[in-house]
Amino acid sequence: MNNAFIIGQYVPGESIVHRLDPRTKMIIIFLFVIVVFFANSVWSYGLLTVFSLLCALTTRIHFSYILKGLTPVWFLIVFTLLLHLIVTKEGDVLFRVFSYPIYSGAVAQGAAISLRFFLLIMVTSLLTLTTTPIEITDAIESLLQPLKKVKFPVHELALMMSISLRFIPTLMQETEKISKAQASRGVDFRTGTAKERIQAVVPLLVPLFISAFKRAEELAMAMEARGYQGGEGRTKLRELKTGRLDISVYALFAVVVILLFIIRD
Amino acid sequence: MGKNVLKFEHVWFRYGEDLPWVLQDVSFEISRSEWVAVIGHNGSGKSTIAKLMNGLLFPQKGKILINGLEINEETIWDIRKQVGMVFQNPDNQFVGTTVRDDVAFGLENRGIPREEMIKRLKDSLAAVRMEGYELHEPHRLSGGQKQRVAIAGVLAVSPQIIILDEATAMLDPNGRKEIIETVKTVKEQDDVSLVTITHDLNEVTLADRVLVMNEGKVWMEASPKDIFAKRDELKEIGLDIPFVTKLAAELTDRDVILDSEPLNHDELLEELWRFHLNR
Ligand SMILES: Nc1ncnc2c1ncn2[C@@H]1O[C@H](COP(=O)(O)OP(=O)(O)OP(=O)(O)O)[C@@H](O)[C@H]1O
Ligand SMILES: [Mg+2]
Repeated sequence: MNNAFIIGQYVPGESIVHRLDPRTKMIIIFLFVIVVFFANSVWSYGLLTVFSLLCALTTRIHFSYILKGLTPVWFLIVFTLLLHLIVTKEGDVLFRVFSYPIYSGAVAQGAAISLRFFLLIMVTSLLTLTTTPIEITDAIESLLQPLKKVKFPVHELALMMSISLRFIPTLMQETEKISKAQASRGVDFRTGTAKERIQAVVPLLVPLFISAFKRAEELAMAMEARGYQGGEGRTKLRELKTGRLDISVYALFAVVVILLFIIRD
Repeated sequence: MGKNVLKFEHVWFRYGEDLPWVLQDVSFEISRSEWVAVIGHNGSGKSTIAKLMNGLLFPQKGKILINGLEINEETIWDIRKQVGMVFQNPDNQFVGTTVRDDVAFGLENRGIPREEMIKRLKDSLAAVRMEGYELHEPHRLSGGQKQRVAIAGVLAVSPQIIILDEATAMLDPNGRKEIIETVKTVKEQDDVSLVTITHDLNEVTLADRVLVMNEGKVWMEASPKDIFAKRDELKEIGLDIPFVTKLAAELTDRDVILDSEPLNHDELLEELWRFHLNR
């Protein structure tokens, strides 16, 4: 039953990508998302595809597993392609489907946009596949530090995220318990009209909320008793370190970007 | 046992202006390295006493002193370094996403440097026999293990007083035993005072002194033996005595007169042998 509680899609491992500082991964992905939009030729797309596939390979996670994680977005990718084939009317007519003309420009543009979309989603999913949620939280806290100057509650945001992560399994167990308790009293969650099913959720949500509030109150009390007084003057056990590995990755990425700008049209 | 580390001086407390007094003129002291058990019926004010001890609440009248320092808004952060607290619900006091993070929480709050933190983490997890669980998430631990982690979190900041407010109430018999054993060893190894609030009278027998609360007042303050000798009075204020004590009383009624009141199974056995030999 523990497996059901794994949050996100993290796959434990020891690969280079796993060992990277989560901040490095986030920054590179952020830059990658921007850079993808500068690709405009076959060669530039080829370069980015090779880079992404290389990243995926380095994680040592089965490629089929990575692709399976993308299932929900396959539909969007295919839809984008089809839309382009139907709407775009540039270049020569390549062939006809039931006398509907398909243009060469449509194929090129559709393929480019779909590929762009695919690369974005895949590279982003590598982050959640190789980084634990708590590491991501730490990275966000660290990267948002500058926002503290404008009074943005960075520490509080990170604390909120980590407490949510901590309580998701607990609340899931509780939901299961309550739904069983209510089912034994005759509440039916599975059958009936949509309206009836929504009504059946109410006796599930009310006790869940009440207990969540009680938990929150007790947790706040326990935190205070343990000397919590906000982010000021706090030290941290989990530390993020940018090492030589991270620097090499930045360098590699810089080379890729420079190459891209050389070979794009 | 040296001088007192904790002192309640005529403490009065209520949760609101128009609410009844929850504590009325409560005074008592706790010495260094002493183990005090607090018992009393539901709503007799035990948890309120615990919360007053580390500044989660403040009294309306009277004073509370920790090592001679009065608890008030200015001193609470120093006080909380000296008074550690373990609550009833194992889940609702687990702050970290893993055991390691949770034990470190109190240390992080106090700005302890990382190297020192790692050392203290190791020591306090060893003290509660939870080594090897550093990276476990709370949902992979039993209730007793979670409470042991909570105790480790308190030990890590090396307080002088540890309060356990019904820390065993939500555990099964095994979990209870684990916690009691843990607390006993901690008590032997460190120089700490213990305050255990409990409904489990078997736990009470381990304490040096017992504070019986009734309707917000200190009803009696004595050794476990003397307390259990008053079983009829205890019954009147809604408290039951432990099985061994009850059995000894029943035996007395049947003319099996024991030399002294036994508190646990071993002592009972001892007394029974002595009785047998003396006959
Ligand atoms: N937050 C609160 N607001 C108002 N009244 C409260 C609050 N907390 C407790 N009380 C009241 O104060 C009284 C003492 O409560 P307290 O929790 O100290 O009792 P207790 O001895 O710990 O009981 P139990 O054995 O049930 O834990 C009770 O009558 C209770 O209803
Ligand atoms: Mg209580």
